[in-house]
Amino acid sequence: MTVDLEQFLIVGALLFCLGLFVALSKRNAIGVLMGVELMLNGVNLTLVAFARFSESDAPVAGHVFVAFVLTVAAAEAAVALALVIAIYRFRETIDIDKLNLLRS
Amino acid sequence: MEGSGPTIAFWVLAIITLGAAGGVVASRNLMHAVLMLVLCFLGVSGFFLLLSADFLAMAQVIIYVGAISVLMLFAIMLTPAVERDNGETRMIAPALLLSLALATVFIFVAVDTNWSTVTTDPGLTATDLGNALLTTWVLPFEIASVLLTAAMVGAIMLARTEQEEAEDELS
Repeated sequence: MTVDLEQFLIVGALLFCLGLFVALSKRNAIGVLMGVELMLNGVNLTLVAFARFSESDAPVAGHVFVAFVLTVAAAEAAVALALVIAIYRFRETIDIDKLNLLRS
Repeated sequence: MEGSGPTIAFWVLAIITLGAAGGVVASRNLMHAVLMLVLCFLGVSGFFLLLSADFLAMAQVIIYVGAISVLMLFAIMLTPAVERDNGETRMIAPALLLSLALATVFIFVAVDTNWSTVTTDPGLTATDLGNALLTTWVLPFEIASVLLTAAMVGAIMLARTEQEEAEDELS
């Protein structure tokens, strides 16, 4: 019994696609943010799998990239949730179907 | 990756992670969705351990499970209970179609490509990651710290109320 690169890539791809579905289909702004986090996790899993399995001079580059993705994800989550709270304060809703102020 | 131990660990983690991600899609209550998301993040950190990325597994637990999910719970608590519905928009059919198409393409590419893989573990530790971050990638590292500061200040500015701003201007 062996586990190879392909299996990890398939799990990462499925995680990414589930996240994409959540991000595109959820009505709640926080739900959309959860989808984005799932997508980032799928990509991170793929990067670490490549760092472990692929033939490379500097496999640590994959880990460095994942560390940066984690940093940017933390910054993104903080700003996005502050935006959600600010939008709720002004519009009394975070339903993205009702946030159509820019539609003339 | 040889042997039955890693194989069993892989399949258990795959079921936990993908099952929890499916739970995020399926659960109607946003609170339950966040709890499912936490389980999914823990599964991914287990994958990192399986791929011998020890530092990243710990960082995943601290940042995602510790910080981001708690932040999400706070955001849900600060908006009232009527907003906790986790329903879908009318875009559910195109979203499903696009995700399925993308999943098909990704899986086809992953299986069909002849990856040039190595069987031995490169044995990357936290020391290697630290050395790489402070030598080759020191500029992006510094930029990331500036980004974090800017995001923190921005989040505080966005989330405070007009009343608090007025009080600050008076003092």
